[in-house]
Amino acid sequence: MAVSTSPPADLSAALVLEPVAAADWLVILPVAWCLAIGALLVMLRRPIGLHPFIAIAGLAGLVVIDGLLLHHVIASGPVTMVMGRWLPPFGIAFTVDLTGALFALTASVVALAGGVYSLSDINDSGRRYGFYPFLMLLMAGVSGAFLTGDIFNLYVWFEVLLISSFGLIVLGSEREQIDGAVKYGFLNLVATTLFLVTTGYLYASFGTLNMADIARKAEGLRGTAPLMTLTALFLLAFGMKAAAFPVNFWLPASYHTPRVVVSALFAGLLTKVGIYALIRVTVMLLPVEREELSFVIAVIGALTMLVGVFGALAQADFRRMLGYLVISGIGSILAGVAVGGPGGIGGAIFYALHSMLVMTALYFASGVAAKLGGSFSLSSLSGLYRRHAGFAAISLMLAFAVSGLPPFSGFWPKVMLVKAALDIGAWWLAATLLVTGFLTTIATGRFFLLAYWRDTAGGQGATDKAQIPATILLPLGVLTLLTLAIGLYPEPLLATIQSAAAGLSEPSGYLNSVFPGAAR
Amino acid sequence: MEAWFALLVGTFFTVAIYLLLSKSIIRVLLGVAILGNGVNLLIFTGGRLTRGVPPVIQEGADTLTGSAANALPQALILTAIVISFSFFAFLLVLAWRAYEDLSTDNTDEMRVAEPEEEPAPPLGY
Repeated sequence: MAVSTSPPADLSAALVLEPVAAADWLVILPVAWCLAIGALLVMLRRPIGLHPFIAIAGLAGLVVIDGLLLHHVIASGPVTMVMGRWLPPFGIAFTVDLTGALFALTASVVALAGGVYSLSDINDSGRRYGFYPFLMLLMAGVSGAFLTGDIFNLYVWFEVLLISSFGLIVLGSEREQIDGAVKYGFLNLVATTLFLVTTGYLYASFGTLNMADIARKAEGLRGTAPLMTLTALFLLAFGMKAAAFPVNFWLPASYHTPRVVVSALFAGLLTKVGIYALIRVTVMLLPVEREELSFVIAVIGALTMLVGVFGALAQADFRRMLGYLVISGIGSILAGVAVGGPGGIGGAIFYALHSMLVMTALYFASGVAAKLGGSFSLSSLSGLYRRHAGFAAISLMLAFAVSGLPPFSGFWPKVMLVKAALDIGAWWLAATLLVTGFLTTIATGRFFLLAYWRDTAGGQGATDKAQIPATILLPLGVLTLLTLAIGLYPEPLLATIQSAAAGLSEPSGYLNSVFPGAAR
Repeated sequence: MEAWFALLVGTFFTVAIYLLLSKSIIRVLLGVAILGNGVNLLIFTGGRLTRGVPPVIQEGADTLTGSAANALPQALILTAIVISFSFFAFLLVLAWRAYEDLSTDNTDEMRVAEPEEEPAPPLGY
């Protein structure tokens, strides 16, 4: 209870009116940029021919902004900007550290690739339906979720990206899409509602929503506040968003129904936002509770991997198989979160970034395969190698990458995760990771065998050489090249990821950025 | 007072989960609406329940005298209400479209995207 004659409050910090440094505006710019371009596209409702060019230019700008932001964060550590100069913990803070900047940059690259791919996948009716405004708003939500430093704000960005994804998933209004969207919509809404419940409990226990403030107050509240309950609820809510077993069923029910480019963007972005939020909350905010729950997370991770890969083995449809591979990747990331330490968290972040690039590229490849072979089904797809050898090579590289084979980007995070798991004696987790990689090789290898090498028997389907338009080959090729480049020369990315993981486990830089000179 | 509200929130959640578990999509939709309101009540209760005590700092004081309800959770609820209402509206339309297109409101029969009799992947060439 406060007394009426309290000492005068120290207002000196609040009365500093220095303008924000120009470089610090980068923190908010990705979100503002996407919203502005999205608004522009909504205003230009009639000239739909302009939409793709504005959106692609906007996404290219987003890549540049996120690249500059990453450069800025590498150079000068975490950056904070507070809305309306309501200093933390009162105002909504946007705080970017290495993890957030890395995820945001990868997301923008994926979105740019999607934007280019959409040129040949989204027709006039899709444009009139508002594909491009939805895409920009989706990116606003994704960027906001990666950059915000406030839990409730994170919830709001989740909803922004969710409502845009609703718009994207029903694009076309086919029967399949409506069916998939019903399951996607309801289950994701329940997940975000769970997140909201947890946020309510969090505020009731901490009295603050600022992530840095929560991180530094958690130690003092450990005896009294129900932090385990909070962590378990966060795990459930974000696990549901990330499609972890046993709350993964919305993903294979819906990801194969929308347009190929929409599936690709969803696979690259949405589950990764969930996993990013999980890493942020469990590793940085509530590390002791993560340690307590590590066995549970490890079991969930192992089961998610196995369910994903067995599901992939059982599928006869290219896109449905990919949906299960997304789930299996989430399991690997969860294994890293469970193991913890620089190796585990670094491996989890690395795997998430790799998965964003590769899963998007694989969905693009599924679209090309369907264009060339006329179907997504494994029983009728055939002879793709004969039709376009270059595309077959790209697909094989992507199949290697998703299975975690060298020399592609999937190899290094898998090495990190297996080593981290062995280091803490979790041999069964390491074994699951390796078995999953092996089974993924079988699933993708069988696919390659049937769809690419099998001859088109009985004269069904064309056998002559096919041309793939540059608007498809370019994003697909660039993502594959990125995968190859990361696999061949992982050193710079690895170093950045390791310091990102260190910054999450020991968030003094993050705290200092939000509360200058006051980090305890 | 808080204890009664906690029970009320619990009742909301019970009803919501019961409805969410049903097969009929309209009942699921009602469950979603009730769940959203239950969460709002929960956050409201978390911000202290005091009647007729506006959080106004008296003249000459720097802090509140006595305890008043926290205004921030109420602001959070306002945000959450807007969001959950818009989602409810979208899902309502989606459910209607699903009923029109799939001519069923039973989620068990919505198998267009995931057919019951799926072909197994080919075992050989």
